[in-house]
Amino acid sequence: MSVATTCPYCGVGCGVLARAAPDGSAQVRGDPAHPANAGRLCVKGAALGETVDLQGRLLYPALRGADGALHQVSWDDALDRVAGTFRRIIDAHGPDAVAFYVSGQLLTEDYYVVNKLAKGYIGTANIDTNSRLCMSSAVAGHKRAFGEDVVPGCYEDMEQAELIVLVGSNAAWCHPIVFQRIAKAKEQQANRRLVVIDPRRTATCESADLHLPIKPGTDVWLFNGLLAFLFQQGAMDARFVDAHTQGLERALEAAQAQAGDPAQVARICGLQLADLLAFYRWFASCERTVSVFSQGVNQSSSGTDKVNSIINCHLLAGRIGKPGMGPFSITGQPNAMGGREVGGLANVLAAHLELADPVHRDIVQSFWGSPRVADRAGLKAVELFQAIDEGRVKAVWIMATNPVVSLPDADRVKRALARCECVVSSDVVSHTDTQAFAHVLLPALAWGEKDGTVTNSERRLSRQRAFLPAPGEARADWRIVCEVARRMGFTQGFEFRHVHEIFLEHARLTAHRNAEPGCDDSHRVHRQLNLEGLAHLDRGGYDAMTPVQWPVQANGMGTSRLFADGCYAHADGRARFVATEARMPVHAPDREYPLVLNTGRIRDQWHSMTRTGKAPRLTGHLPEPFVDMHPHDALRCGVREGELARVRSRWGAMVARVKHGGGILAGSVFVPIHWSDQFASDARVGGVVNPVVDPVSGEPEFKHTPVSVEPFPVRWYGFSLSRDALAANGPSYWTSIRGEQFRRYEIAHREPLAECGRWARGWLGVTDPEADWLEYEDRSTGVYRAAYLINDRIEACVFLAPRPDLPARQWLASLFDCERLDDVDRAALLIGEPANPAESTGPMVCSCFGVGRRTICDAIRAQGLDTPASITALLRAGGNCGSCVPELRQLIAQVRAQANA
Amino acid sequence: MAGMRTVEELLQLAPGLYDITVFGAEPYGNYNRILLSMMLSGEKSADEIMLHAPPWYAERGIDLHLGDPVVRIDRRRRRVHSSKGVERGYDRLLIATGSRPVVLPLPGSDLPGVIGFRSIDDVEHMLQAAQTCRRAVVIGGGLLGIEAANGLSRRGMQVTLVHRSDVLLNQQIDVQASGMLIRNLQQRGLSLRLNTETASFYGNGRVEGVTFADGSRIDADLVVMAVGVRPDAALAKASGLYCEHGIVVDDTLQTYDPHVYAVGECVQHRRATFGLVAPAWEQALVCASHLARFGHRRYRASRTATKLKVTGIDLYSAGDFIGGAGTEDLVLRDPRRGIYKRLVLKGRQVVGAVLYGDIGDGGWYFDLIQSATDITAMRDRLLFGKHYCQPAADAGAAA
Repeated sequence: MSVATTCPYCGVGCGVLARAAPDGSAQVRGDPAHPANAGRLCVKGAALGETVDLQGRLLYPALRGADGALHQVSWDDALDRVAGTFRRIIDAHGPDAVAFYVSGQLLTEDYYVVNKLAKGYIGTANIDTNSRLCMSSAVAGHKRAFGEDVVPGCYEDMEQAELIVLVGSNAAWCHPIVFQRIAKAKEQQANRRLVVIDPRRTATCESADLHLPIKPGTDVWLFNGLLAFLFQQGAMDARFVDAHTQGLERALEAAQAQAGDPAQVARICGLQLADLLAFYRWFASCERTVSVFSQGVNQSSSGTDKVNSIINCHLLAGRIGKPGMGPFSITGQPNAMGGREVGGLANVLAAHLELADPVHRDIVQSFWGSPRVADRAGLKAVELFQAIDEGRVKAVWIMATNPVVSLPDADRVKRALARCECVVSSDVVSHTDTQAFAHVLLPALAWGEKDGTVTNSERRLSRQRAFLPAPGEARADWRIVCEVARRMGFTQGFEFRHVHEIFLEHARLTAHRNAEPGCDDSHRVHRQLNLEGLAHLDRGGYDAMTPVQWPVQANGMGTSRLFADGCYAHADGRARFVATEARMPVHAPDREYPLVLNTGRIRDQWHSMTRTGKAPRLTGHLPEPFVDMHPHDALRCGVREGELARVRSRWGAMVARVKHGGGILAGSVFVPIHWSDQFASDARVGGVVNPVVDPVSGEPEFKHTPVSVEPFPVRWYGFSLSRDALAANGPSYWTSIRGEQFRRYEIAHREPLAECGRWARGWLGVTDPEADWLEYEDRSTGVYRAAYLINDRIEACVFLAPRPDLPARQWLASLFDCERLDDVDRAALLIGEPANPAESTGPMVCSCFGVGRRTICDAIRAQGLDTPASITALLRAGGNCGSCVPELRQLIAQVRAQANA
Repeated sequence: MAGMRTVEELLQLAPGLYDITVFGAEPYGNYNRILLSMMLSGEKSADEIMLHAPPWYAERGIDLHLGDPVVRIDRRRRRVHSSKGVERGYDRLLIATGSRPVVLPLPGSDLPGVIGFRSIDDVEHMLQAAQTCRRAVVIGGGLLGIEAANGLSRRGMQVTLVHRSDVLLNQQIDVQASGMLIRNLQQRGLSLRLNTETASFYGNGRVEGVTFADGSRIDADLVVMAVGVRPDAALAKASGLYCEHGIVVDDTLQTYDPHVYAVGECVQHRRATFGLVAPAWEQALVCASHLARFGHRRYRASRTATKLKVTGIDLYSAGDFIGGAGTEDLVLRDPRRGIYKRLVLKGRQVVGAVLYGDIGDGGWYFDLIQSATDITAMRDRLLFGKHYCQPAADAGAAA
């Protein structure tokens, strides 16, 4: 029996049908009934079944003892310790001496109770979330423009639009299902256009009609220029502006002053004038335009202004609130929006109510019946950890997130946690970079085990449902929080017996004293967020709840689009133009740090890889941390593709493999965010990122840190494949990669090896001198290769060389599927290539069907394939999640170019 | 062998140029000495190793005298005299007397039952002994010694192989390959006494055993001495031709007497003497071209390759397999499968190869050594064989 639940990855919020398999894994497929994805899943979602095993799970509460080690304890002991410590610190230093740092991966109900505990009972607003890192500029922009944190449109708008503008979004990789909906709509109607604004030429650009490789951080110039252009070209919807907005003059003035001349805008943004004007003209002429923006916009010291500069253009042209148009913030986490709904940010209260407003506070406190309510904003993520570092916050409870990896200036986060009196971490995995600093570990339920609701990027509430039993002693986050609250002495307010009761309380709060707009009852406050229609669900109704977009009317009907009536959440009902003054990122590159570091996600991984790193089919696409850079910059920095480089900023450094992806502007480098100390020796890009935040939203400037890149000189490179995980200590550089039947380690070291053979045996843990051990050695060049077999089955192999050009890993990896190696394969083992080259598939392109680059190129050549669809027809590649389709297109172009050369 | 190959080449190049007379000490036609080991081990019969039987000579008008060695050369008159009193004049004389097994000058080395391993007669002798006797000692851990020991063992004898050094085939392979070879031979039931000096042979009218330098002794009904060969230059020396270790020849295989040529294991070219077949074939070709009066070829000593002819032991070595200063090694070891491969590189070239267990690419490596091919581009693939070094359309870059 399949259970309908929701994918725990990006903010698209796809429906998943999941079923537990007897072996502890799970079978998943897309839920055809879910409106977000209609049955489709991206490769990450499709691989969810491979991530639910219990290996590495945190299953029991633990306390760090005097010896510095973690010891398993009973729940009572762990909860008493948390409650007691928090109580003691609050009594001694006041409520603001404690803090909560939570996550967009918590369910709405979990979020609700922890927010209630902090703001209503402890009386501090020191509760912030990792959504601060990806979404908060959009939140701030929405609030400034619309008066409330609201995404006006829905995914359907993207299918109905004539023009889609993707700003700072690599949707093809990061929001694949939404991107496929766009791509499909585009295929069906040729006149639809896609513009991608991104300093990198990402996979998303493969499908674009126009790519604007904008200079990092200059988005406000671009959109101010657009605003001025639209006004000048008469594209303003004057009736809409007059009736429903306010503040055009100042915004326009600012835009014209800074960006009135497209030629100058093009210069500042580093664009061709013709391209810029093409974009402006398309925007001016397409009534149905959707501007989809994401982290490339938000993660900036002027992120909020960027958001408003985009919204300004939509307001000017009246393109909002109607089908096929509007600004559209697309989020990175499955429940970023749900968290915001219940108030999980340090600068909001709950249910879209504000901390600073006494009426709002009264609404919440009276509803809760709580002893107190926080009345001023708490510490936002970056400030919070600075406060911990300075000793102002003495206890922090981290839930479902890994700030030592994900925050900027992450080495300072380490220092802060190291000196923090009490670090509590609720998590599902036992070893994370953050866990190393925790005094109390609390095992939480993971996806598949927990139950509740999430809200996706189009305001759609969906249920996450359990289909697996709770493992070990793990508990739902809300239960843990309620237990601690009770032990802190808050006997009322946390007596929930079932998650359904929390949801109802939340839903009732959204409707509580929620007036119609224009109502002048000063006791009531109008909010778009209103779940009145769900506030009376019984438990059965909650369990059977189908996806619905808020606001949910009393009759249970959802709302796909907001602001159709032109009525906004500001007191006067008008939307606001915001005068956005363009400014460059805070830290400019200089002689010492001449390059600009950009960070982001890759196609097959998610966040710090605690789940996606478990799925073998997700690790093949980009297995190693890398720094993608322009070949000219590489030359200037003295680094070479395939070798290792150190990326250094004023705040920290990391090491990664140099790569020329082809999509990077000279002057910029790109490093993915996923690798932690659990998966690589030194690849936490968070340690490099500058701790600069947007002054309004507090969102860090992840997309712009001045860095230098220098060679990371090593004496040898290598890799090993082994059936067992190895103790990765020793090499100066290592990355661990999970394969189907093996662990792969990429390694490199600064010191030469005296005895390669002995080192290799030690690394692989082979002590038996009579072991079946094959080796190849070219001692004078330092090439060494060995394989270890048991009963003709490969157990491990290791390849070392002074240069990074080692044999391809795919074929060797495939040998781990064989129960017995035949003589031909054995003879080929140490060259790392099959005797018959046709057996080598090349690096993975389609993770879903495991189709390699070489297979695809051969087919393109041999069969004369010219469309991704024809490749799919022949090899299945691209036929499932479709996220490799942009790469298929690239491969077709490459093979054809070779053929014509 | 070298002599008759020269005759063959000569008949190809200039049929009818000479009237040819062949004298041979053995009572057989020309046979393939390399295959004596196979004859001993029973894998080939005497007929099967024959290269040229008497009718072959008759068909070509060659005057053949078997079992009748030349005993005197009268160079002034240009005539030869055989043991049976045959006398012939010559315009050109070709000496191909080959080599003789070294007989250790030890007490008892003349006892019956102490033999060499050189001819069909030696093999017949051993085969006879194998039928009646049980214990054999083979002295010498070179190619011949190992082949003899293996052959006798296969014939059912208890064989002890005695070698001075602790490395078998120390002229052909390195310590590692030798170790694998030792294990293999032991698994076949051979006893090995390495690092062992032979002191004497004892026996009453016939050999009964061997005494070693350390005083230990071992009983034996047959002793095969395979401690090397020496060019057989006695006849040439007696006729006043200039000889050192062997009959000294120039690059055309001519001796100091312009009417007299010599080929094969009896000659010394520059400083080298020969014990393998490949140089003999090359010498035959060069010599024949001069005898045929084309005179356009020169013999240059080349590196040689060796193969051990023991069924089930694949061993190949070529060139400078010891290496040392200025050389670099590529080594592949798969002990479980009994495979060991080593290439010795100098600069950008392969100069030596030792292959054990998998010798399929031996010939190719030998070509690379001979042609001094620059292997820089395929260095990392070289030891995995020719198959992997063919230029590929897409070399399959790393991931």
